[in-house]
Parts: sequence; C-alpha cells; structure tokens
Amino acid sequence: MEAYFDNAATTRCSDGAREVMVRALSEDYGNPSSLHQKGMEGENYIKTAAKHIGRTLKASESELIFTSGGTESNNLAILGAAMANKRAGMHLITTKIEHPAVAAPMKYLEGQGFSVTWLDVNKEGQIFLEQLEEAITPETILASIMYVNNEIGAVEPIAEAGAIIKAKNPGTLFHVDAIQAYGKYKVHPKNLGIDMMSVSGHKIHGPKGTGFLYVKERTKLKPAIYGGGQQRGMRSGTENVPGIAGMGQAAKEAYEQFSHKQEHMYQLKEAFLAGIAGMGWAYVNGPAGREGAPHIISLSVEGVRSEVLLHALEERQVYVSAGSACSSNKPAPSSTLQAIHAGEASLGSTIRISFSPGNTLEEVGYCLDTLKGLVPMLQKFTRH
Amino acid sequence: MFKAFLIKYGEIGIKGKNRHLFEDALVQQIKYALRPVEGDFLISKEQGRIYIEALGEYDDAEAVERLACVFGIVGICPVVLTEEGGFEKLAEDVLAYLDARYPDKNKTFKVNTRRAKKSYPLTSMEVNAALGERILEAFPEMKVDVHCPDIMVNVEIRKQINIYSETVPGPGGMPVGTNGKGMLLLSGGIDSPVAGYMIAKRGVKLDAVYFHAPPYTSERAKQKVVDLAKIVAKYAGPIYLKVVNFTEIQMYIYEKCPHEELTIIMRRYMMRIAEEFARETNSLGLITGESIGQVASQTMQSLAATDEVCQIPVYRPLIGFDKQEIIEVSEKIGTYETSILPYEDCCTIFVAKHPVTKPNLKIIRRSETHLEEKIAELVKAAIETAETIVVEADV
Repeated sequence: MEAYFDNAATTRCSDGAREVMVRALSEDYGNPSSLHQKGMEGENYIKTAAKHIGRTLKASESELIFTSGGTESNNLAILGAAMANKRAGMHLITTKIEHPAVAAPMKYLEGQGFSVTWLDVNKEGQIFLEQLEEAITPETILASIMYVNNEIGAVEPIAEAGAIIKAKNPGTLFHVDAIQAYGKYKVHPKNLGIDMMSVSGHKIHGPKGTGFLYVKERTKLKPAIYGGGQQRGMRSGTENVPGIAGMGQAAKEAYEQFSHKQEHMYQLKEAFLAGIAGMGWAYVNGPAGREGAPHIISLSVEGVRSEVLLHALEERQVYVSAGSACSSNKPAPSSTLQAIHAGEASLGSTIRISFSPGNTLEEVGYCLDTLKGLVPMLQKFTRH
Repeated sequence: MFKAFLIKYGEIGIKGKNRHLFEDALVQQIKYALRPVEGDFLISKEQGRIYIEALGEYDDAEAVERLACVFGIVGICPVVLTEEGGFEKLAEDVLAYLDARYPDKNKTFKVNTRRAKKSYPLTSMEVNAALGERILEAFPEMKVDVHCPDIMVNVEIRKQINIYSETVPGPGGMPVGTNGKGMLLLSGGIDSPVAGYMIAKRGVKLDAVYFHAPPYTSERAKQKVVDLAKIVAKYAGPIYLKVVNFTEIQMYIYEKCPHEELTIIMRRYMMRIAEEFARETNSLGLITGESIGQVASQTMQSLAATDEVCQIPVYRPLIGFDKQEIIEVSEKIGTYETSILPYEDCCTIFVAKHPVTKPNLKIIRRSETHLEEKIAELVKAAIETAETIVVEADV
C-alpha cells in the first residue's frame, strides 16, 4: 500500500485541472494580450479561473493578481505594501512562526530601515491578541499573520486580529498568508478584515508554479515586476494561462462538497491521533484535534532522527516531511518548533503528516502499523 | 580560427620500446574526451606528437576544455594550418595570424622554425631570420627578444605548415588505462573523489564502491555519490560503481561490539568487501582518501588496523595532505561544490562520542569474534545484492 501524507508540501494535480491545462496548452494557446480570436480564447480561461476563485472568496475578479505561487504572492504583498506606504510609517508586524516566504522579506525590510515586531506564540502556536494590539502604532503600515501554520497546523485568530488591527489603526494593512488554509477552510477576506491574502495553486491539487494574491480594492501596493502592464500593471508578463486555468479549476473543485471533505480530513486526523495516543514515544506538537487544521499533524518521535524515520517510512511507501519541506534541505532547527518551545530533543525528531481529501482511513491504519513496527527498531540504533 | 591542436605529452616521450602503447592509449582517451564536442576530428600520431585536426565547424573553446581533462596531456597548442605555397605566402599567413591573435602589438617575439619537410628550400635558420624581418617591417612596435619573448612564434614546416604561439596547460600524468585498474572507496565527502582523481592521473582506470545505509542515509546521499563519480569520470573515463547496502552489517556491529570501536570495525568490513569486488573485477589495489590524523579512524594505528584485513595494496594518495590542500584540488577538479552538500553518509551516523584513536589490534580482533555467528552471511548478502551503476561523465 502507498500512503502519500505530504500534502502540505504539494498535492497531486486533479484530473479536472490537468484536462483544462492540456486544452489551454495545445488548443487554445493564444496570448491573452493578442487582439485576435485566439487571444480572446486565452483570456477567457483567465476570466473563468478568476470567476471560480472569486466565488470561493466572495471577492471580485478584479481583486486577484495571479502569480507564480505562494512565495511570490507573499513577497508582492509585503514588499509591495512596504514600498507603497513607507511615507505613512516604517513599522511592520509579523509572527515568529511565519513561513520563510514571509519571514525573509520581512528580514530584508529590517535591513532597509523598517522596524519589525515579531509576535510570540503560545504552546499551541497561536499569537497573543493583547500583544498584537500593543504592537500597533500610528507608524504601523502592515501586519502579516499566517492563517494556518505549515509545520504544526496551528490556526491563528484571524477575524479577531483583523478587528483589532482595524480598530487601533485603520491605516494598517492586514496581510494573511493563507497558503495552508485555502481549500481547508472557507475564507472570506472581507469578513475577516483582510486587505491582502496569499494562496498557492499546488497545495490544492492545482499545478505548481501558480498562485494568487487577493488585494482588496483601493489597497496601495507597488508592483514587483514591471513590463507590458498585464494584470492592471500589478504583475507584468504574459499570464501563465494553463497554470491559471488549472488553479481555477482546482479551486472550484476544492470547494465542491466542502464540508464533507473537511470532515473526512478531520476523521483521518482523529484516527491517526487515536492510534498514536497509546504510544509512549510519540508526542504531538501544537493544537490537537479540531482546534488545529484538519490536514496537518506534527509528530515528535522520541530518540529517532526525523530524516531516518522519513527514509524508513519511505521504504514502506509512506511519504511524510521532516519539519517543513521547504526548509528540509538545510538542517537548521525549525523556527516554529522553537517558537512554541518544543523540547530540544523534538527539534531534530519531528515529522509532519499532512492529508488531502483523497487519503483514506486504510492508509492511516497502514501508516500507524508501519510506525509501530519501525519506531522501536529504530530507537535501538540512536546516536549517543 | 584554429583548425587543429598539437598535443604535447610529457613523460610518455621518455618511455622506451613500449612508448607506442602509451601513445595509443592517449589517442583513445582524446577520442573519448572529444566525443561530446560537436564536429568530426581526425586524430593522428606523427613524429612523436599527436595532432587533432577538425574536419569542419566546431567550438574550439569547448574542445580545449575537454582536452584539458585528459591525463597524459601536458600542453594543448591551438594551431593554424596553412598550405605550403612558397615563402611569400608563409610570411603573409604568419602576419595575418599575429595580427588577429595579438591586437596589442607592443610585445617582444621570437620565431622558432622546425623544418620536418627537408625538401623546403630554406633552412630553419633562414626562415627564422626572414620571418623576423617581415614581422618587424609590418608591426614596428614589436621587438625581437631571443631569450625571453612574450610571443614564441612557432612555425613547423610539414606536409602543411603549422603556426602556433600558445600552450594551454593540460593536467599532466599518464593516459588512463596504461597502469591497470584500482578500486576506489568513494563516499560523499571531499577526500575520496580527490584520491580517485590523483590515482587516475597516474594512468590507473577506476572502479568504485559506495556503502549506503538506508534509511539512515537517503537516496539523495546516493545520488550525490553518483554525481561525484560523474565528475571524476570526466578525467578517469567511465566508472563502474558498486553500491553496497551496508545497513545490516552496521547494525550488527553496533549491537555486538563496543561502540567506540564501531568505526574501525566498520571500516575493516568495508575494506574486506571492497577487496572482494577488486578481486572479481581485476583491480590491483584499493584506493582511499585517508590522510594521517585527519579523524580518529585515520591515525597511524587506525590505518594499520584497517590495512590488516587487506591482502592487496591500499593506495592512499592524500596521506600527507592537509585538509586545505585537499580542498584546493577538489575545487580545481570541480567536486567540491557537490561534496559539501549536506547529506549524511554512513560513516557519520553511528559515530561514538569518543571513538578509539589508537586501536589495539588484539582487542579489535577479539571484538570481531563477537560477530562470528552472522557476519559471514551478512557480508555475502551485501556483496551479492550490490547494485552496479555504470557512471559516465555528463555530456
């Protein structure tokens, strides 16, 4: 049996998304900027995708900027907002558990003379709202808080944070990295006080190299890419028509029978946690059960290095991540695990299991059996 | 501009009756090295030198880059070939060559003629003098310096006339395949690829063995070793790489022997397995990247302990090198960037905090007796299940 439990790293492209992409690549391949019929056909794919996505967000199609993925969306939001609004102030707020695609541009801005407040989180990975409120000053131009943490599945109090920000300083822009939340929760930015929101296509069964940034009307933002003025000048360059079409289709599918899918993932998670509960060697980081995201479990296994466990599972066709896939090539301890004060030992021995609606209870059972068989054996051979 | 290369080779030239064997091997290696370069080349041996003549369009920079990896070559001279048509034509050709090659004429020069074709009407000395005069006339800024010229204008009068003035250094050494074959113990580190390079430089063909320990080492670690072998193959030719699954043996040693002796005993088994492969494939020795005192398993005592299990010679070309010197070679040959990728290899995963640095052979042998029950069977299985990968340089 194979169990792909690395869906927070990437997902399989859905059949529907693939089909529309193939059509956009080989039949309707026109450049949306071309004036002829073929160009219009290309443009129609983008319009359709924007309509699908807009519906899931309750947002207008003109509030979407298509990008090359989550990292570009985060960079555009943070750097673009900072550059466009620096005359109003040079203070930014974010958290200590952000993905590098948010943390790194923030650090860059720190080097450019901006000051950044890095919010703490509690054991469950959630920010302290009082600390957020205290941090906001008249100089604060942007607060960026992730919706769902990619490593431990913590869900931040976005609605409350949005209300606090807008009450304390209506001029502060609120950006949300929703890359692990979109498709797992219903996210309606306008109800949450969100001005900008980043989403990635390949986390929701769309193609890699796709994403978008939701930007509320009349938000001041400077583009990062200049050129032919496509996408209202906010992101020049010929649109990735097949990618956008595939992502649009995947977004539409993600919200079909939504509550059923969400419930299914919770059940997978609960079955896994129940199976692991009796094991003395397993420890779950971050929020347990339904307080956390439906698809992410962070598991520390005592006395086994995460890479070793990962490869041992891989030999048995169970695919997981060691920490966050994006940073797994550099063996630095995870900043999220450090921020929630996970013990020294668990920093090096944590794996992430992440589900998609396509996973089954049988796969969870297989993964549990495999873990129970492997861990005691691997624990015998630890470095000391 | 250059239609041919003159290949200079060093110590092959002083070999005796079997010199032709070395020359033939060098021609083979040159052919192999030029395979990925687009275009056809005619390679010929002529009066103690090797010529490479391009038969059509080709990228001369790429060809030089490839040739600079062929052991046995000391220098590569890009040559302009012209037809023999009297002195007047020769002078024009030389002037055209100099004009194109040296836009800045403020240089000293010397003409050095060799007249292999003795029917040519002028002697070498006469050609030197006459050409020198014409050069001085055409480019008044240039000056003659017969002792230490900036430009040595070589003119060789053969069937065609060869004009050259530059020598690109080659790697030296001897053509691969002229000195037998060795079995390299290749890890993902910095040292072993360099050791392989240095032994191959002396004309030794390489096979290699890599020990991996899944799940403690990853597929990426194995891929890294294959990538390193690819780089070494640029110089050493195709390498047959044996990949041995070492996990069971390693865990068995870990269970049965004192942990501070783990590395030494493990290395003794690696040597035994490598020697077995060497016998099977007619390798005449083992090659390792060890250097005295670099780590606990490379003290004189430890090296003696690993040597003890080998019947065939163990070559350690880096034995007197400092780490920095090894790094310099690895940067030169292009393995460094790959070597430092952060994947663990099987030597580092079970390392004890305080491994023995002066192993006592008697004690090591006694510890190994604890393995008697299963080790022979595990070694046999490891040898039988080893995967062989034929690693060729990237085109």
